[in-house]
Amino acid sequence: MIQLEQFLILSSLIFSIGVIGIFLNRKNVIIILMSVELILLAVNINLVAFSYFLGDLTGQIFALFVLTVAAAEAAIGLAILVVYNRNAGNIEIENINSLKG
Amino acid sequence: MTAPLLSFYLFSAVILLSSLMVISSKNPVHSVLFLILTFFNAAGLFVILHAEFLAMILIIVYVGAVAVLFLFVVMMLDINFTKGKENVLQYMPFGLFIGAVFVCELIIVLINSKLDLANIQILSNPFAKFSNMTNTQALGSVLYTDYILYFQLSGVILLVAMIGSIVLTLRDRTGVRRQIIGEQLERNSSSTVLKEVESGEGVDI
Repeated sequence: MIQLEQFLILSSLIFSIGVIGIFLNRKNVIIILMSVELILLAVNINLVAFSYFLGDLTGQIFALFVLTVAAAEAAIGLAILVVYNRNAGNIEIENINSLKG
Repeated sequence: MTAPLLSFYLFSAVILLSSLMVISSKNPVHSVLFLILTFFNAAGLFVILHAEFLAMILIIVYVGAVAVLFLFVVMMLDINFTKGKENVLQYMPFGLFIGAVFVCELIIVLINSKLDLANIQILSNPFAKFSNMTNTQALGSVLYTDYILYFQLSGVILLVAMIGSIVLTLRDRTGVRRQIIGEQLERNSSSTVLKEVESGEGVDI
């Protein structure tokens, strides 16, 4: 039978792939937004797996809220991206340095 | 090998491969399509975990809304993706280092922590309470009673996101003629200009 640890390892791998995607990709902001979606998916898998193995429904409720926040975040992020592309003409990350840190 | 275990391995292998393709493919359209594949297989995992409602919501919301939104934006922005390929791998060592640190930390935590779920007694919504309901009914009976405040707040978050994205992307274009109801209603016969137009000839207004 499937163990909880297998789900935890899977979700930690997905999470790490998402983090690597954020650091690896310097050309395209859209890929970074997709990496954030992957991270949130890993969190959701974690929550649902704990909900199942604990025998408690609360994890699924929280996964539902995470889903809501992820949808809102994607909408806002893509709107910002469209506006930035309209103003600057590209979405390459290396050129986004108007706020020079 | 039971059927759930086999399908778990199948789904997780596809998830890992396609999420690797999401972050590594050159063309963002391919990335979005691999993201959709990832979400479908995650929905399969949720079905294995008896979270049928979340699985369907994942397909409807993520594949039907979020991924299509990504696809729209990728195709609408019309960026030249081919140029500047030479320094694609510039941040590869750094990114892999960060990723390896994450993986090692998570695995160390996983090995060193003894999770004994059987001894946890504090359950707010145990499955036994909902034994005669489907998953959707159980979720609804908890979501609309105990978590009603959070449900409403997530509605507010969605409203704010909707208003925010509309406000961000709205712009006033010059040279576009719009219908202005107030001006139409304020017109009267004294301010209008009537001209006799000869047939076949134009007229300057």
